[in-house]
Amino acid sequence: MEMFIPLFTAAVVVFGLIKKVELFDAFTKGARDGIGVLVGIAPTLVGLVVAVNMLKASGAADMLCDFVSPAAQWLGFPEEIVPMIVLRPVSGGGSTALLTGIYKDCGPDSFAGLCASVLAGSTETTFYAIAVYYSAAGIKKLRHTLPAALSADFTAAVMAVVSVRMFLS
Amino acid sequence: MMNYIFGAIILISTICAVVTGRGESLAKGIIGGASESVSLLTTMAGMMMLWSGIMEIAERGGFTRLLGRLLSPALRLLFNKLPKDSEAMRYISMNVSANLLGLGNAATPFGISAVRELGRLSDCGDRASDDMIVFVVINTASIQIMPTMVGTLRQAYGSAQPFSILPCVWISSVCALAVGLIIAKLLNRVS
Repeated sequence: MEMFIPLFTAAVVVFGLIKKVELFDAFTKGARDGIGVLVGIAPTLVGLVVAVNMLKASGAADMLCDFVSPAAQWLGFPEEIVPMIVLRPVSGGGSTALLTGIYKDCGPDSFAGLCASVLAGSTETTFYAIAVYYSAAGIKKLRHTLPAALSADFTAAVMAVVSVRMFLS
Repeated sequence: MMNYIFGAIILISTICAVVTGRGESLAKGIIGGASESVSLLTTMAGMMMLWSGIMEIAERGGFTRLLGRLLSPALRLLFNKLPKDSEAMRYISMNVSANLLGLGNAATPFGISAVRELGRLSDCGDRASDDMIVFVVINTASIQIMPTMVGTLRQAYGSAQPFSILPCVWISSVCALAVGLIIAKLLNRVS
């Protein structure tokens, strides 16, 4: 898997050469857009990393974990990822903040860290997507959009734990 | 929504810290969190810029269009009531391809145009049409070849194999998409 990035990069560059793309010009423009994305999420991230740190430092996070851990254990979920499952559809920045918290506390290669990584990689900020697309088209009545979209999110959470258990631990 | 979450977190934490006598550690958490988030952004910056640059090369070479053509049989099955040469279909395929490549910025405008076109075709007023729901589910299940942000974060926190998660990410997003689509299609039929 670690060869995926070098090979993919080489394939894209060869593809670009064949299609006569101005490689470096395109690269620098894309990189500039990339920094734009980071600048865009910076304010949210600062606010939410602070909020998540406060939850932990005050001991409120431990209490919350104690509260949900029986349910998590019953499902076979590491309890650390439960808050992330809840926050993921609502806030991209918030779940990134929780993700880095898990990496810091348990390590990125721990069971909880791996599950959280897969969860973060395989879901989107559902409410944000719905808000952006529907408000652009003037849609106010969602009908069954939410149950359908949230069932996908929940499946991703279950499958994150199942697939990590099968292939990575 | 975020207003309440943010407000509640701060309020609950402060009360909890006061009651349990952890004021000092709360202060450290606040100050530490602020600088930590910025160092996080700087560790991510290099990889995010690199990847966005590479994807821009792919984009200019017409990779998105190529991928769209590969995907069109599957999309035609999902949106079987749409005329296959419609503008809506074209926007949907551009949106899905851009999402696959992790080009969120490029995907959003295509997605907005797609939903607008779907609204025009179905004449549904302010109610979401069946096709819109299917489209939103495809977007929220987020199938991505390469989740850059997660990989970069894993690397930043010292993972031995930051990208070992890729197969699991693919499996779980494909399953999420399948379940979401089945439920959307079922509920479309019922209502």
